Order: sequence, then C-alpha cells, then structure tokens
Amino acid sequence: MRKTRYAAAAIAAAAALTLSACGGGDSGGETTGGGETEAAGETVRIGIKFDQPGLGFDEGGSYSGFDVDVAKYVANELGYAEDQIEFVEAPSANRENLLSNGQVDMIFATYSITDARKETVAFAGPYFVAGQDLLVRADDDSISGPEDLEGKNLCSVTGSTSAQKIKDNYPGVNLVEQPGYAECVSLMAGGGIDAATTDDIILAGLAAQESNAGQFKVVGAPFSEEKYGVGLPQDNTTCEAINEAITKMIEEGAWEEAITANTEGADYTYNDELNPPTPDDCA
Amino acid sequence: MENYLTLFETYDVPAAFWANIQLTFWAAIWATLLGTLLALFRISPIASLQFVGAAYVNIFRNTPLTIIIAFGVLGLFGQLQVSLTDDFNLNFFRLAILGLSLYHAAFVCEAIRSGVNTVPLGQAEAARAIGLSFLPAARLIILPQAFRGAIAPLGNVLIALIKNSTVAAAGSVAIEASSLMKTMIEFRGDLVIPIFLTFALGFVIIVIPVGLLTTWASRKLAVAR
Repeated sequence: MRKTRYAAAAIAAAAALTLSACGGGDSGGETTGGGETEAAGETVRIGIKFDQPGLGFDEGGSYSGFDVDVAKYVANELGYAEDQIEFVEAPSANRENLLSNGQVDMIFATYSITDARKETVAFAGPYFVAGQDLLVRADDDSISGPEDLEGKNLCSVTGSTSAQKIKDNYPGVNLVEQPGYAECVSLMAGGGIDAATTDDIILAGLAAQESNAGQFKVVGAPFSEEKYGVGLPQDNTTCEAINEAITKMIEEGAWEEAITANTEGADYTYNDELNPPTPDDCA
Repeated sequence: MENYLTLFETYDVPAAFWANIQLTFWAAIWATLLGTLLALFRISPIASLQFVGAAYVNIFRNTPLTIIIAFGVLGLFGQLQVSLTDDFNLNFFRLAILGLSLYHAAFVCEAIRSGVNTVPLGQAEAARAIGLSFLPAARLIILPQAFRGAIAPLGNVLIALIKNSTVAAAGSVAIEASSLMKTMIEFRGDLVIPIFLTFALGFVIIVIPVGLLTTWASRKLAVAR
C-alpha cells in the first residue's frame, strides 16, 4: 500500500516536471504583432530545415537555400532587417508543434499545404509548387518516370509522403526507406539502388551539392503536386502581408533568381505550368 | 476523439508492433546463442579465446546501434551487395535482425558473465575434482547456475532489445512501429501528440509484462545458497 502511494507520488512529480517543461516555450512568444506595430527592433523567428541542401541548409552559422531566400525576402517586406531574423530548425515532425506553441512565428520548410495540417496551422502562399520526381545517376537513361521503376530499387525517406505515394501507386517497386536523403544518395553512388524520389526541388538541391556535382540528374517528370506554403499559427495576422510579399517577390524577379541560384549545376528546371504560383486567399 | 479513432482505420498499428516483436524474437534467439558462446570464450582458460571474447564485447558494446544497423544497409547491402534472401524487403528485415543480434550479443555475454560471478568458486573446483574438463564443467555445472543467476540482467537486455528494435527503421525496415509513427505524423500533423503517446503506450504495454516476468523468474529460479 505504502509502496503504491510512493509510486503514485513519483509519477505525479514526474508528470508535473514534464508539463512545466512543455510550458516553458511560450515565455518568449508574441513577437510579431503584425499590422502597424510590426518590427520595432524585435526579432522574428523563422523555422527552416537545416539539413536540406538547396532549400534550407545550415552552413555553420549562416543559412542557404531557396526557402531561406524566400524567408529573408518576406521578412524584409514585413519590416524585419536581416539581423532581426532568428532561424530555428524545424524538422518535419515538429512543425505543427513549433507553430502552435509559439516557438516560431513562421515556417518555410518544404511545408506542403494539406487539409490535415490546416486543422492545426494556417498557411500563407504557396510560394512554390513542387512535384514528386526521381533522381537517377547522370549516365542512366533507362528511367524516365515512375513506370520504368518496376523491379528496380528506389530510395526514399522513412515515413515521407513520397514513400507512401510509391507504396500506394507503384507496388512493384523495391522501396528502400532511409532516415535521410544523404543516405539515399550514398546508396545510389554505391550502386545498391537505381533512383531516389522526393519533391523535384529537393532532389535538385541534392544534385547541386558540390560533392555530388555532375553525378546525378533529376528526371524532370513530376507525378504529384506539393504546394509549399508558409506555415503560420492559426491566430496569425500576417497571412495577407506575406502573400503580398510573395507576389511582389515573383513580380520583381527575385523569386526566379533565388531558384536559379540554389539549383545551379543540377540541370534542373521547375515545372513552369504550375510555377510561379499565385498565393491562395487567407482563410 | 473521433479524429483520433480514424487513425486506427487508416493505419495498422498492431501490425507495426508485431513487426517489432518479430524482430525482437529472432534477434533475442541469435543474441542469446552468440552471447553464450562469447561468455564461454571469456571464462575459458585459453587466453586467445578470452581475447576474442573481450575484443568482441568491447567493439560491439561501444558502437552505437544505429551505426551497426545503418552499416547493414549502406555497407552490406549498398556496397557489398550482400543478400540474405531473394525477397527484397525480407532482406532488410534479416539484415536488421543480424545487426540487432550482433549488438545485443555483447550485452548478453556480459549478463551471463555476471551470472557466472554468482556461482561460488567451490562449484568449479568440485567439478574439476570429479574429473570434468572445462567444457563439461561449464555445460553441466557453471552455466546452468549462471543462467539462473543472470535472469534479471538478461531480462534488462531483452527489454532494451524490444525498444531498440525500432532502430531497424534506420535499416529500411519500414513496417515497424517507429516508421509507422513517422508516416502517421507526416500525414496527420494535427494529431502529433496523441500519435506519439499511442506508440509510447504500446511499448509500455509490451515491456511491463516482460519486466514483471523476469523479476518473478529471477526470484523463483535463484539458486538458494
């Protein structure tokens, strides 16, 4: 009996500690008021990927990539100078929580707009429409689309939308699921697999990496539509302003420049039927 | 709540846990066999075998499991084209079992060695006195008592193995629990915390009986001295 009571007390104490640790995040919240009062010497916290070359990549303190360039442009339009931006890593699984706990103000992290996600977060944009595509060895002409993959070995990331799509639509493909695209690329270099799949612009970023230059090519036959949006908390006031900034970036040509600069050397052209996109209305 | 329940219609959560149980089952068998052999090496009177046993334990115990499993895919499959079966997906399943077995054999070996330490020296001396050489003495006298003394640490290794079976995700075993959790989080970002808690609870449900069972067995089977 006494033992049970101690155990219950211990569990209660542990739960209290865990819960208070969770609550600690919002102490620094509410940076972006948006509207007229924005950016009076404050910082904006933007969630990006740190591990995706060509999109959001940590180069030891400075960040590069298309997502980063769009984020900087948009933040600038909202009135934040570059030194007022604080980049925060936003891994795929944490994006919703980062937004709803107020740990970041917006997210530019290959974040596809989906209905399930709209349940918990809001989206501005899209600022890019990507499509699932294939990355193959530069000298491989036998693969021109997912139909050619029957019986071949394909690599994707565990639990990703791309992996699920292959499982659902192309059951004859031998799918290798790895923790990251870097592993896929090294498997492909070693000859264990024939192709890697995910969104075309992510593949282009991988192929454009210095260590991979010239080794791989993007097939260029996208077979899905992923609208990359700007993740925002549901109670945001910045959605319209962000959409205006995106539209302006596209009109000024800075958008085009950012894509070209970040996929240089990958022999990649974005899907020009869907790009550049027009931002959706803010809900 | 209704939202949450639809998860179980879309995703087969029990099947994912079943994959972990299968990984654990096979890895536990191989790890026990290899671990017992290594323990024999380490307590044997032959110096070179002792060295091999100690070297194995120190290498595999000090290498992160993720690296061993990733090597199975990137090294054995990717570079060396090792194939344990013709079935593409089963191959990764077996490579993961191989990695889990190699890693946990080191811990099984140490658990058994701790069991050997519970056997009084007099037992070994008595075995020698009646003319048993090393192997018969180990097989008939030392190891049976050692196993009974090592049930609790072996149970701990088994519990670690159950949870470590999720590392198979790094080895392209996409049907197991942590991979399914990743998929579910990717598609149902609105339910991240409930999904996470579901899998945490799943492992608690699997692990607690193992803990209770080994505690009970270690008391029941302890050699009374």
